[in-house]
Amino acid sequence: MAAFTADLGGTRYVFAGLAGLLAAASPPRSGDELAGIAATNAAHRAAAQQALADVPLAHFLDAVVVPYENDEVTRLIIDGHDAAAFAPVAHMTVGDFRDWLLSDAATTPVLTALAPGLTPEMVAAVSKLMRNQDLIAVARKCRVEVAFRTTLGLPGRLASRLQPNHPSDDPAGIVAATLDGLLLGSGDALIGVNPVTDSVGNAITLLEVLDELRQRHAIPTQSCVLTHVTNTIEIMARGGPVDLVFQSIAGTEAANRGFGVDLAILREAHEAALSLKRGTLGNNVMYFETGQGSALSADAHHGVDQQTLEARAYAVARAFRPLLVNTVVGFIGPEYLYDGKQIIRAGLEDHFCGKLLGLPMGVDVCYTNHAEADQDDMDTLATLLAIAGVNFLIAVPGADDVMLNYQSLSFHDILYLRSTLGLRPAPEFEAWLAETGLARPDGRLRTLDRDALPAQRFLALAGGTDG
Amino acid sequence: MAEQPPVRHGPDPQPPDPWARLRAATPARIGLGQVGDAQPTRAVLAFQAAHALARDAVHARLDAAALAAALADPPAIRVRSLAPDRPTYLRRPDLGRRLDPACLPSLPKGDHDLALVVVDGLSATGITAHAPALVAAILARLPRHLGLAPLVVAEEGRVALGDEIAEALGARAVVVIIGERPGLTVPDSVGAYLTYAPKRGTRDAERNCISNIHRNGGLSYAAAADKIVWLAGEMLRRRLSGVALKDDQLVSLAGSAS
Repeated sequence: MAAFTADLGGTRYVFAGLAGLLAAASPPRSGDELAGIAATNAAHRAAAQQALADVPLAHFLDAVVVPYENDEVTRLIIDGHDAAAFAPVAHMTVGDFRDWLLSDAATTPVLTALAPGLTPEMVAAVSKLMRNQDLIAVARKCRVEVAFRTTLGLPGRLASRLQPNHPSDDPAGIVAATLDGLLLGSGDALIGVNPVTDSVGNAITLLEVLDELRQRHAIPTQSCVLTHVTNTIEIMARGGPVDLVFQSIAGTEAANRGFGVDLAILREAHEAALSLKRGTLGNNVMYFETGQGSALSADAHHGVDQQTLEARAYAVARAFRPLLVNTVVGFIGPEYLYDGKQIIRAGLEDHFCGKLLGLPMGVDVCYTNHAEADQDDMDTLATLLAIAGVNFLIAVPGADDVMLNYQSLSFHDILYLRSTLGLRPAPEFEAWLAETGLARPDGRLRTLDRDALPAQRFLALAGGTDG
Repeated sequence: MAEQPPVRHGPDPQPPDPWARLRAATPARIGLGQVGDAQPTRAVLAFQAAHALARDAVHARLDAAALAAALADPPAIRVRSLAPDRPTYLRRPDLGRRLDPACLPSLPKGDHDLALVVVDGLSATGITAHAPALVAAILARLPRHLGLAPLVVAEEGRVALGDEIAEALGARAVVVIIGERPGLTVPDSVGAYLTYAPKRGTRDAERNCISNIHRNGGLSYAAAADKIVWLAGEMLRRRLSGVALKDDQLVSLAGSAS
């Protein structure tokens, strides 16, 4: 095991092994402290960042942080590495790589071509040397376009997943929340429900309700019930209307086993969903959620810091050309990300790492009530992510998820981001908003209070009122 | 409700609320209206108020002396975890699961069927509001032959703190009543976790859980006590807890307070 050293303030710091160096160089967060792998003080962290800056990128191909023999995610990363794509940066250290990423040489097409040559550990390493503005500036240069019934990731666009959860999976309640989101211009990335009851029958009921609503109003979007991948395989076998296959994933084989999945079952689901051919514009059919801390939570972290493990989850995701990937950044709680500052930093890191690895990255900008965070922190993170070019954000009615008991963004927040930063919905969805009259010719949404007729007609059609 | 709508007088009748029927279908914050792109003041303040109540519930300190006196006479035994304060408690769930060794002498070793431990968890507000009545309802239902250890109140605790307490008391099983993570709708919900043969290192999958005990549409004290006492009896009879004791009414996974 290689040792790394750095001298700072008259002290020589020695770091045994790449995983220990990455952990010590990681910006502070409670999850790494809980795991006992964080830097012991600020100077220790600064020294680790100096040592990390001098590590050659090529070293990451030799020194893996989780053993190749014991972990299929490591094997996926190493066996799938594209040496030709890596060639332009193969001579660089991590520090050189940061400078190059920020330079004018790293253009959008150059970064797109580079993605298959990068490993998650390289990307995590360089993120640890970057300030928030660096994470935003480089992510903004990455472009990852995908499609199913809408096209996502186009420049100047911001999509949203409409999350109409209900505490007892009541279809009428889910439709009510869906209509609220559609009238406020959300849902172009997905209409996606987290079910309370994780059963096949319940998921089919909800999928049929959402599919019927979509078809009745010719809404260009996709729907999903976020149930376990094995349930979705069963639903497809029974002929249920599955647009996308959802699964939570993590960055180690053991953590994925904790979620009840491995690469083989994901491949099986991917093949089955492709065979349905339900996408009209593209065949990106997978949806993954991730989040820093999930591996430690499953006691499957191998002494690797939570941000590096999160980037490794993106290696799993990119093997399946997904339509949607999002980190549920503040959901896991303060023992992993303590406060607004840590959540904001992690959200920017996750988006940067995902985009650099070639993923169509979105974020659930969120927090729980026992974290030191509030809606002001979410406003800050959402604004930064929209500037960074995030593909989509999650939104729920009034930012209050009444089923999962946490706070995300509201549909109103998406409108604020679009109008403040000049961003538009996915083009197909934007055209639908105009055709139905839900949006005015200038793209602004009509409100129910003022010029309400088209929206009221829509509500009536959807069963909201007697018309 | 009258079938006929009331006859309106005056020049400017309010149009009917197009959201009325949809609102009845979900507790979600739908149909909030808009000012520009933003939520109207009333909606923003309502959200902030709900968040304030939830935050205060997370950070409220348990008045353990008052609770111990309210639970039993003589008062319940008071102990605490290794987490010295709330900020540490929130960062270090591992410390909230460990008993402060200084508290060991106050837990007399005996030979009991069941220990009942009341823990602040993530909502001291919830525990203060509901623990006395819930514990009374449980005690009223426990069979006479069942040997109950002295009641214990624990501060800065997680669910697993009950394992060490029950072990010290010499109890074959433990019921932990604990404050749940506050939500915007309900800041004072409590849960009950039941564990057979509790000891340090017991896994969460070996517990049974009854959650959402509160007075805002949640499980009533009587209904919760019925389930807890039934489960405790089954646990002692079959000498196990967790997934193996699962029935349709019960969820065996430990929640966020674990």
